[in-house]
Amino acid sequence: MISMMAAIVLNGFRALRRDRGALILSFILPIAFFSIFATIFGGMGGGTPRVSVLVVDEDGSTVSERLVRALLQEPSLAASTHSETKKGEPFPPSYTAASAEAAVKLGDAPAALIIPKGFGAHPIALGPGADGAPIRLLHDSSDPVAAQMVAGILQKVVMTSLPDAMAKVGMQYFERASGGLTPQQRESIESAMSRPPNAATQSGPPRDTGFVAIEVRDVVGEKKQNSMIAFYAAGIGVMFLLFTASAAGGTLLDEAESGALDRILSARVSMTTLLAGKMAYSALLASAQLTLMFLWGAAVFHLDLFTHLPGFIVMTAATSFAVASFGMLLASVSHTRAQQAAISTLIILTMSALGGSMFPRFLMPEAMQKVGLLTFNAWAIDGYTKVFWRDEPILQLAPQVAVLIGAGMVLFLIARRFARRWEYA
Amino acid sequence: MASPTLAIPLRIDSVVKRFGDLIAVSGVSLDVRERACLGLLGPNGAGKSTLIRSIAGRIRLDSGSIRVFGQPAGSAAARAELGWVPQELALYPLLTCRENLEAFGRYQGLRGTGLRDGIAWCLQWAALADRAGATVKTLSGGMRRRLNMAAGLVHRPRMVLLDEPTVGVDPQSRNRIFEMVEELRGQGTTVIYTTHYMEEAERLCDSIAIIDHGHVIAHGTKEELVEQSFGRRSDVLMRFAPTVENAAAWAAARGGTLQEGADGVAHFAVAQPTDIAALLDAAARDGLEVIDVVLRRPNLESVFLQLTGRDLRQ
Repeated sequence: MISMMAAIVLNGFRALRRDRGALILSFILPIAFFSIFATIFGGMGGGTPRVSVLVVDEDGSTVSERLVRALLQEPSLAASTHSETKKGEPFPPSYTAASAEAAVKLGDAPAALIIPKGFGAHPIALGPGADGAPIRLLHDSSDPVAAQMVAGILQKVVMTSLPDAMAKVGMQYFERASGGLTPQQRESIESAMSRPPNAATQSGPPRDTGFVAIEVRDVVGEKKQNSMIAFYAAGIGVMFLLFTASAAGGTLLDEAESGALDRILSARVSMTTLLAGKMAYSALLASAQLTLMFLWGAAVFHLDLFTHLPGFIVMTAATSFAVASFGMLLASVSHTRAQQAAISTLIILTMSALGGSMFPRFLMPEAMQKVGLLTFNAWAIDGYTKVFWRDEPILQLAPQVAVLIGAGMVLFLIARRFARRWEYA
Repeated sequence: MASPTLAIPLRIDSVVKRFGDLIAVSGVSLDVRERACLGLLGPNGAGKSTLIRSIAGRIRLDSGSIRVFGQPAGSAAARAELGWVPQELALYPLLTCRENLEAFGRYQGLRGTGLRDGIAWCLQWAALADRAGATVKTLSGGMRRRLNMAAGLVHRPRMVLLDEPTVGVDPQSRNRIFEMVEELRGQGTTVIYTTHYMEEAERLCDSIAIIDHGHVIAHGTKEELVEQSFGRRSDVLMRFAPTVENAAAWAAARGGTLQEGADGVAHFAVAQPTDIAALLDAAARDGLEVIDVVLRRPNLESVFLQLTGRDLRQ
């Protein structure tokens, strides 16, 4: 009995060794996924990713300038007061409240801090009925974490960069409550407060209680009913589209194995016509899938599909074209259906993880966000987000559409090159 | 260049095709006249399918040329005149009979009335009119074979390549396929028919090319082939007991051949039936135990054995 079982075990391993597809699925795929998710969620060893925030100083006081400096030096923030300097172009102007709000709406940063006029006179707002204008925090609620992080970090930065202002307000409260200070006490306190602050060397845990008043406003999703539906519809949709395109492309391999491909090519159909026909079918199928998914989103989750129809059509056409060509390429590089299934699963799940179909890219470390741009998922999701979340005009979809169509054309040409092996024996 | 209407249907000239070290087709030359049915007879792996695929334009030749009605094989003009029925069931399993015929008709450039007429003719020819709406996977093996043939003819070509169309079908379906081929011939279609069943070649083909190891080793009508190999002699099959060890040398010394892989069966070409007695006497004298002896009129199988020492079905 033992030797029979040993024979069965041996046969299993022998068969596995010769089935490359199964071998990849069994060993390489789990390791690949483990590595990808460890990289995404482990932050590549770099800790929590920095939050981008735009800073606008409308006050221009000494106090507000100190706060801006501290915000720029804060290691957990990627703060900037002006847009990126491009090579050969003049230094860009500082953000204004309007340009910062526009930048947040465009998705350049998830949040902006506007320090209002008069802030320097009353920077600290302890207790109810405090004086002074609140700092405005503008944010994009598609990134639910960024606003909370910026608000918390702002309190910490105020505490470490403006200790004198904080102490001054604290003393006013103390005097009001205690009935006044002796001259010696006042002199000692004023002497301490006149020393320059050393914010860079001070640090401490963020406090729950606020030292500055913050007025938070969602500038992108304030009128939206359901913020993340378009994101998920695009993310999940693209992932399944890739699987569908892979299966549709796989019919080429089925036909090659059954002899139908030979028969078709012996008729008046050229390889280019055949590939283009298969790709057109795959793209139409993908479009139908996406349309159904967004219609479902509109019917059940109140996704505002019908007012964004032009953008939806453009993005769906570009995405469907790209995934269809991807399916053709997978089929043409594979030699068997099993091999194609293994390669497809590996690549699609990897692309989906990196490209934000499973987990939003803006929550990934910056390096991973850049790697994600190598996937169709990222470009498609970005495009749909522009349409449904940021209400951007169609022209703003140009980068996404260009990348998806361009990559689709390149993949199709590569697929055509590989398909030469089917043309003649 | 010859006019397609006047050129002979098929001219194969010194065709060579190699797959790595294997020479699948080695210097084959054949001409096929209008309305003829040429049988390509040979065992599995002889090179029949490679030759058929070359005619269909699916193989890049190492040397030589093939012309279909005067046009190079694989050219658009040649494809239009040619219907290829591959050995495999090259169909869409989830489509119906009619949908399959429509698809392959469109691949041949048919539209409108031409397509409808082609489909109607195919369904009638393959006796599938009552199953036109049935998907391929619900058809019997014989029906699938017939549909596989019909899919290659929906554009009504002037020449048809049938690559072992009866593989895996029951005798009744095989007869139906024979009738379909005969009907095609009756309508003037030129047919190239590959098989390793000599009875199919004998029934359907008016000339036969015997292929082995990529070579055409004999070509002619059945009668010519038998005459070339046997003349007026008869074929004698002599089966020896399994204990006999030197049967091959014994048969060779008397002008016979021990058939490969046939468990001690030797073939002899004898001028008179009475020559059997001399063979039996010699076997008894040399201590070779003979189990049975058969005298038969030579057929294509005898010719193949005579030429190669092997059975067609090997």
